[in-house]
Amino acid sequence: MSDKSSYWRANLRLVALCLVIWFVVSYLFGIILVDELNSIRIGGYKLGFWFAQQGSIYTFVALIFFYAYRMGKLDREHDVHEDK
Amino acid sequence: MSLQATTYLVVGLTFAIYIGIAIWSRASTTKDFYVAGTGVHPVANGMATAADWMSAASFISMAGLIAFMGYGGSVFLMGWTGGYVLLAMLLAPYLRKFGKFTVPEFIGDRYYSKAARIVAVICLIVASVTYVIGQMKGIGVAFSRFLELDYNSGLLIGMGIVFIYAVLGGMKGITYTQIAQYCVLIVAYTIPAIFISISLTGNPIPQLGLGSSMEDGVFLLDRLDQVLRDLGFTEYTTAKRLSSLNMFAYTFSLMIGTAGLPHVIIRFFTVPKVKDARSSAGWALVFIAILYTTAPSVAAMARLNLIETVNLPSGEQLAIEDVPTWMTKWEETGLLGWEDKDGDGKLVYTADPATNELVKVDRDIMVLANPEIARLPNWVIALVAAGGLAAALSTAAGLLLAISSAISHDLLKGVFKPDITEQQELLASRIAMAGAIVLAGYLGFNPPDFAAGTVALAFGLAASSIFPVLMLGIFYKRMNKEGAIAGMIAGLGVTLLYVFQHKGIMFIPGTSYMGGMSENWFLGIEPNAFGAVGALVNFAVALIVSRVTAAPPEHIQHLVEDIRVPHGAQAAVEH
Repeated sequence: MSDKSSYWRANLRLVALCLVIWFVVSYLFGIILVDELNSIRIGGYKLGFWFAQQGSIYTFVALIFFYAYRMGKLDREHDVHEDK
Repeated sequence: MSLQATTYLVVGLTFAIYIGIAIWSRASTTKDFYVAGTGVHPVANGMATAADWMSAASFISMAGLIAFMGYGGSVFLMGWTGGYVLLAMLLAPYLRKFGKFTVPEFIGDRYYSKAARIVAVICLIVASVTYVIGQMKGIGVAFSRFLELDYNSGLLIGMGIVFIYAVLGGMKGITYTQIAQYCVLIVAYTIPAIFISISLTGNPIPQLGLGSSMEDGVFLLDRLDQVLRDLGFTEYTTAKRLSSLNMFAYTFSLMIGTAGLPHVIIRFFTVPKVKDARSSAGWALVFIAILYTTAPSVAAMARLNLIETVNLPSGEQLAIEDVPTWMTKWEETGLLGWEDKDGDGKLVYTADPATNELVKVDRDIMVLANPEIARLPNWVIALVAAGGLAAALSTAAGLLLAISSAISHDLLKGVFKPDITEQQELLASRIAMAGAIVLAGYLGFNPPDFAAGTVALAFGLAASSIFPVLMLGIFYKRMNKEGAIAGMIAGLGVTLLYVFQHKGIMFIPGTSYMGGMSENWFLGIEPNAFGAVGALVNFAVALIVSRVTAAPPEHIQHLVEDIRVPHGAQAAVEH
């Protein structure tokens, strides 16, 4: 198996993981399960409402930086990074 | 100093800064005009992308829509931020590695077809022009209020300013100007939010204020729910937008539309390296999130303040002779209206259309009126006006650039007239810009929806046409030109038919061939959200057609393998 294709598969695994989290915080918590989560409260926020209007956005930001960091590591491990 | 004088001063000052920067860094070559060299730092690029991205829809319109939709407005918040996750992971780094100027250029090369490139140009123009209509609506609202004119005159003046502004500079000018514009718009958005949050909850951070309690110990959101229930409205925190399925489709359409809009994608061509394209998307979202997490607070607090302006907290109703100045000023623009139906000299605001006397509240005035409703000082109100204009102008300029480069670079130079000189290409792109402004401005006199709704339509069009073929082009080596072309046409076609059917052909009122009948909505999905369905059609058609036609040539499969690895990336090149 060539290094390029193992790099690509590792990349796809990482993307899949990130997109599962992306889906869970927005579509699942913010829309599908919103009524159930609204019975839990943090301060004045109902939890489902909080995910839809605040929590999902914070998670998205963290996800992109997590992905960028992990990809940087993958690039070097598989020796496909720029400036070498 | 009067409010109007202060507004002139603040708006004039910020404009002087943008125009100064635009002239100082004026584009002289086509390369400068399109991509600003490739030396822009990821943080700076993120900030400029945020300004490019956050338009009149985000700044002027969104919080007003959320104020009246409550929880249902979350589709904008999630949809317009979640797309960056897709952009960072599925498109930006690969398109940066590919190293060209425009989105149609990638599609033309990846699908080894001039026809694919032309179809991509058409999709891009349809989506971008619709988007500019939304900006024109926002600009028209802002100018009509601050020059104290009616909406149509405000729109005309706005068109003139966008014209001067966008035709002058290119991308290079725009990148630096946009950093300045981001600073203006974010300060203008957060300062009134902080003031209002302090006055309602004592908490200076709006994101926390929204979840805090008010003076009497009741949580702000509970109070809002209570007040709305009493007036006969649905509860703020649980009001769905039609149905969960519709909200799902709406959010999905906005997310993939984000990742398919050419003026956003083009920004990732300007970072020095592939790894910068990834982090640049993250930085852009950081700067966007500052506004997007503040917006829900602005929305809820503005709604509460609006209600308490008419239905006074003391239990009294607002007497007509006590109507505050901000209401009379907005009434002059034709965007706010009231009517003393029972003739008792007092106003009533309720959910019942028969007795409600606040008969018209254009959602797009809420953010601009908000500081006045909360009785903040004049300079804050002026600042908000400047911020709204910065947001609308920066996005309009970015979009116009995408439209003009599609016409001059992709159509003229790329397809029809390859021997065109640089000067001719620049001239053509400026003419294209002017044409787009006139068209969008004309359609802006009767916009299909509030600013954010119109922009949502544009996202649906981008989602259904461009995103699927970009993604398949990178992730599915077997995707060929037949599949891509059929997919784009099918996706855009389905979405346009559905939208025009309900909103009018080219959004001209009275031409909707089946009326705006919501009972005819497919699965109850509103036109603004239909891009999600269009995108699924695009994916399905592309995959099926590519299966039954010949595989792409060998060199294209190598090209795809090559863009998947960062190693060997060059600066964006001319060819």
